[in-house]
Amino acid sequence: MEEVLAHRTPLPEKLRRVLSPTGNVGDGVFRLLMFAVALLMLLIVVAMILALASHSMLSLRGFGFQFLVGREWDPVKEKFGALAFVFGTIVSSLIALIISVPLSLGIAIFLVEQAPRFLSRPIGFLVELLAAIPSVVYGLWGIFVLAPFLREHVDPFLERWFGWLPLFRGPITGIGLLTGGVILAIMVTPIISAVVRDVLEAVPDTQREAALALGATKWETTLVVLANGAPGIAGAIILGLGRAIGETMAVTMVIGNRAEISLSVFHPSYTLASVIANEFTEATGDLYLSALIELGLILFLVTFVVNAIARLLVWRVTRQTVGAGMAA
Amino acid sequence: MPQSNRFLRTVMLVLALTIIGVAIACNGGGGGGTVKLQGAGATYPNPLYQKWISEYGKLNPNIRIDYQSIGSGGGQKQIKERTVDFGASDSFVSDQDLKNMPDLLHVPMVLGAVVITYNLPGLSQPLRFSPDVAADIFLGKIKKWDDARIKADNPGVSLPAADITVVHRSDGSGTTGVWVDYLSKISAEWKEKVGAGVSVNWPVGIGGKGNEGVTGQVKQTPNTIGYVELIYALQNNLPVALIKNRSGNFIPASLESVTSAADGALQNTPDDLRVSITDSPGPNAYPVSSYTYILVYKEQTDAAKGKALVDYLWWCIHDGEKFTGDLKYAPLPGEIVKRAEAKINSITSGGRPLR
Repeated sequence: MEEVLAHRTPLPEKLRRVLSPTGNVGDGVFRLLMFAVALLMLLIVVAMILALASHSMLSLRGFGFQFLVGREWDPVKEKFGALAFVFGTIVSSLIALIISVPLSLGIAIFLVEQAPRFLSRPIGFLVELLAAIPSVVYGLWGIFVLAPFLREHVDPFLERWFGWLPLFRGPITGIGLLTGGVILAIMVTPIISAVVRDVLEAVPDTQREAALALGATKWETTLVVLANGAPGIAGAIILGLGRAIGETMAVTMVIGNRAEISLSVFHPSYTLASVIANEFTEATGDLYLSALIELGLILFLVTFVVNAIARLLVWRVTRQTVGAGMAA
Repeated sequence: MPQSNRFLRTVMLVLALTIIGVAIACNGGGGGGTVKLQGAGATYPNPLYQKWISEYGKLNPNIRIDYQSIGSGGGQKQIKERTVDFGASDSFVSDQDLKNMPDLLHVPMVLGAVVITYNLPGLSQPLRFSPDVAADIFLGKIKKWDDARIKADNPGVSLPAADITVVHRSDGSGTTGVWVDYLSKISAEWKEKVGAGVSVNWPVGIGGKGNEGVTGQVKQTPNTIGYVELIYALQNNLPVALIKNRSGNFIPASLESVTSAADGALQNTPDDLRVSITDSPGPNAYPVSSYTYILVYKEQTDAAKGKALVDYLWWCIHDGEKFTGDLKYAPLPGEIVKRAEAKINSITSGGRPLR
């Protein structure tokens, strides 16, 4: 085969060697093709950043650094600042993770380690089904079911028992940062738990058998399994965080859409993705449009920075837990 | 084996050629008389525009019209960049933008209105608002439902001693545009502090996305107040407040009172028909009303398209008006129909009139 190829297509020796260090042209072509695909990914990211930057030039020049620390967003007077949106984006995502990470880990541990087969299959299927529901459906459900529920039952409870914290003060409308965070938590839980389940399933049974053989309890065995899956679990959480930061429709329905920085989670807030989705279609005026596109650029950067921090944290934690797991 | 292979190939070739041939024939046959018009813009009149397009298409199968409801801002942008044959907008193009496209015409199609809706359990009659009271509620200066000024407008109505929660649109919208245009006219403080536009920096309240978002939050949360499109309120049986107009009458929003707002504003209506009819002086005028426009260029580059467009617009403001009632849009007053006719008649191609 090789001879035939070489005979039919007399390639210059140099090129042939570049294409196929192993002597197989097909391998070389495949390698180049895959490299091109990977490079394409990189190019798309760079092209997006460039496009966002070039279209937001007007606002970048006009406001400079002030755009990042400004709190006011007034399209009529053309005063634009992104701080309130950055705050809303990060805090709502954090609330989501605080609620959803323990929940997701619990679901995954139950499904893999404890549930009998006849239960784990259908529950696992339902969890995956939840992940496929469009976000606008979550949003409508948020307005009509979740927000009234939080307003009637959860918020008054929090205010009564934790009202001494500035976090739980202010008028209760059922619409605000907390509701936004809760709906995000509900949306990212299926994603995180589905991935964590796969990760835990991939941990070899020999690990469990070894732990049990050493006299570990079921709980201690689970800890060993978790330690083994730590990097994968971290990846799952980052995936969930990415979805939370970028989520638009469901959040905008329940967060109150108000560019305001407040300590209280009962107050309305606003996220970067929501304000872009809300105002882009009807925005006229070059500076206004430019400011909205700069919000897109900032969303890109926030995602990037948060991801980087998350990965760093994970990297450190994993090293410790893997060490601890081994010691155990 | 090679024999059948060749046979298969021939069959495939014939099939492919037939398909291509049919495609060309269809396209060519259609291309002979078919004119395609592309429009984009306001979401508010979209249900009516789609109805018009489908009815007009039945009468004139050789004219195909496509309308995309991307929002008024988008409609203005698209016609500015000439990527569509006609734009549509709830607000008229600003003087500044019009400098760059001086031959853009505004043809009014129908009228719309914005109403105040609220959630106060146990009320048997609709609430009434004076303009200054409405403005001060949205400015956050009137904070309680049992405020003396609200009581003064609503004698005999028992109002709760509860905080008012304002709900406004969070997405840029012509509905917001009309509402804050009204507030800017009747309140100097609003005009100075907030101003008018499709998105504004709200002094108080929470934002709901779209009419459904505002309605959802008002319906779900007691003691809220918000504003939505008239059609939306009528179709969903929302409680709707009466607003005191410039003549001092409390007017409920209806198709008739909206049309009389346009009637009442006739004297102030300029030749280019770009006019805000909020706070109209007519005695029966509902004060938060507005036109919605089709935007077209006076000089059409393509004569066939221009002719089709002119005929269609003419049909809309005449035969088309009979579909407005069912869909709860207020029709244009007779005088404005005449002036819109003149606008349509002034459209030319290569300097020659198209009608």
